[in-house]
Amino acid sequence: MMRFLLTRLGLTALMLAGLVAITFVISNVAPADPAALAAGPDATRDMVETVRKEYGLDRPLPVQFVRYVGDLAAGNLGRSVATGHTVGEDLARFFPATFELVTVSMTLAVLLGVPLGMLAAVRRNSWLDHVTRVVAVSGIALPAFWAGLLLQLLFAVQLGWLPTSGRLEVGTPPPPAITNMYLVDSLLAGQLGTFWEALGHAVLPAIVLAFPCLASIIRVNRAEMIEVLGSDYVLAARAHGVSRARVVGVLALRNAMLPTLALIGLRYGWMLGGTVLVETVFDWPGIGLYAVSSAIAADFKPIMGVTLVVGINFMLANLVVDAAYARLDPRLRTAAP
Amino acid sequence: MTTTAASAGRLARLRLEHAGAIRQARLFVWTFGRSPSAMVGLVLVALFLALAAVGPAIVPYPADATGAMHLAARLQPPSSVHWFGTDEMGDDILTRVVVGTRTSLWIGLIITGVAALIGVPLGIAAGYLGGAARQVIMRVTDVFLSVPGLVLAIAIVAALGAGVLNGVIALALVWWPGYVRLIEAKALSIKHEPYVEAARAVGASRRRILFVHLLPNCLSPLVVKMSMDMGLAILAAASLGFIGLGARPPAPEWGAMISVARTYMPTWWWYAFFPGLFIYLTVLGFNLFGDGLRDVLDPRANRS
Repeated sequence: MMRFLLTRLGLTALMLAGLVAITFVISNVAPADPAALAAGPDATRDMVETVRKEYGLDRPLPVQFVRYVGDLAAGNLGRSVATGHTVGEDLARFFPATFELVTVSMTLAVLLGVPLGMLAAVRRNSWLDHVTRVVAVSGIALPAFWAGLLLQLLFAVQLGWLPTSGRLEVGTPPPPAITNMYLVDSLLAGQLGTFWEALGHAVLPAIVLAFPCLASIIRVNRAEMIEVLGSDYVLAARAHGVSRARVVGVLALRNAMLPTLALIGLRYGWMLGGTVLVETVFDWPGIGLYAVSSAIAADFKPIMGVTLVVGINFMLANLVVDAAYARLDPRLRTAAP
Repeated sequence: MTTTAASAGRLARLRLEHAGAIRQARLFVWTFGRSPSAMVGLVLVALFLALAAVGPAIVPYPADATGAMHLAARLQPPSSVHWFGTDEMGDDILTRVVVGTRTSLWIGLIITGVAALIGVPLGIAAGYLGGAARQVIMRVTDVFLSVPGLVLAIAIVAALGAGVLNGVIALALVWWPGYVRLIEAKALSIKHEPYVEAARAVGASRRRILFVHLLPNCLSPLVVKMSMDMGLAILAAASLGFIGLGARPPAPEWGAMISVARTYMPTWWWYAFFPGLFIYLTVLGFNLFGDGLRDVLDPRANRS
């Protein structure tokens, strides 16, 4: 088990190095002159040259790469032109917002997806099965930004049940910053009103973000349930007089949940990428919105920072899934990566 | 009289010679037609292709596609004159959405085409050759797959500069790893099939095995994936357009239209509604179609 984990960890480190190399290549193929960008729009030629020297942009690329890696290792991701803060500070401020959104969204997807998948498997080819199939296919095909606009139109404008955008009402002061996740902070500070307000703001974006994930959870859970329900030990349990509800709800579900759990781990990293669109529609101040506004301003350092953070999270999620799988299924420990 | 008899005879002979292929084609059509969702997909894809082909010729206001100005008729709701309403320039939204079909078609074709052109050879090399080449190719693929495609594409577009062509390039550059994974797995499993072993045993060259045995057998999953990816690539390009990094507004591209329309929500809802509906139906169509194709071409891979 230890060896398996070490191999996995080594591979992850290798992939991280690859990701760092990719971000370096991307920021260096830019047609725009990075020195001119960093010096600002009003800079004279002399100032640009000074910046070039100062940042080491006149050195050969391999030297620059070593410097880049060194900076990253020291936690120095550069400075955002737009916000004026270092990218590290910005990420510390924006990542919790995204993490909060993804968590709410994932909770929704699991709470809806697992029972729906289960029901669809138990009542195969019933109308319920067909409806969930339509939901599952739509979840992948629905443009997140469009679905977001429509939900805003329906629930925020027409019905007035939920707020349109942002994390809190304009006048509400954010709860005292501890984790920067408003849901957690407001509870820690005992501000229940703020908690409900923050939760209300999170509902619509979380639903939109949950759609594709819900779709795959339904599909995987349904397929697994069908397979498990057809297996011999389920038949044996039924033959021994175990009630149908118990077989489906406990015995079969427990076995079908394994692949679903793996999927949740993988989808978590994917959701971090999906937030790019959702945060843009709902003005949710997370890393997705940060990446988009930086990309439009051709502000590189923040985009690379977001790419690295999302990549690292994705790799860690993979690592956790692999480790959990190996713990639960010993056959996998010796399998080649 | 004699010529018709001769051609009838030739036809009969052709039927006999290709009886196997004809029977298989019939089975394909039957399996595909039996699934309602696959047929819905087929209809949607056919409509999409038809609109892309003849759209610019049949739209009611062709000049509106490139951004004509009729300020007197701006932001009108759907009516018998403008079925989908008009936008902030007074342009007919139906016209712009239909003309946008062609843009989406070539966007989807280029992204999936380039991705397959890069991914398939690499996948074959990794799966068939194995060894160090496989290790290198697969690890690089893993790195690309470790970041959600859209995030990496945004980074690339930011470096290249916003625009529809750069958006397509960026998406093609992040799309190929999926093909490497698919083809590598397929090639790996085919490599040890008895018929390949047999071909190798009787002295078939590597090139012959590659082109006669490996590639044709990779074709079905490849076709299925490409038809599914057509929809997803169109969706991704529209997403870039929505963010403001893809096509620029006067161009009739669905995502870019919604990005402008967003500022006119909620009062002028039809402006964002119809382009989005077209994106949804297109992606849905290619998805269902691909799913149906998988049931036909690759029945063993049929999950769920």
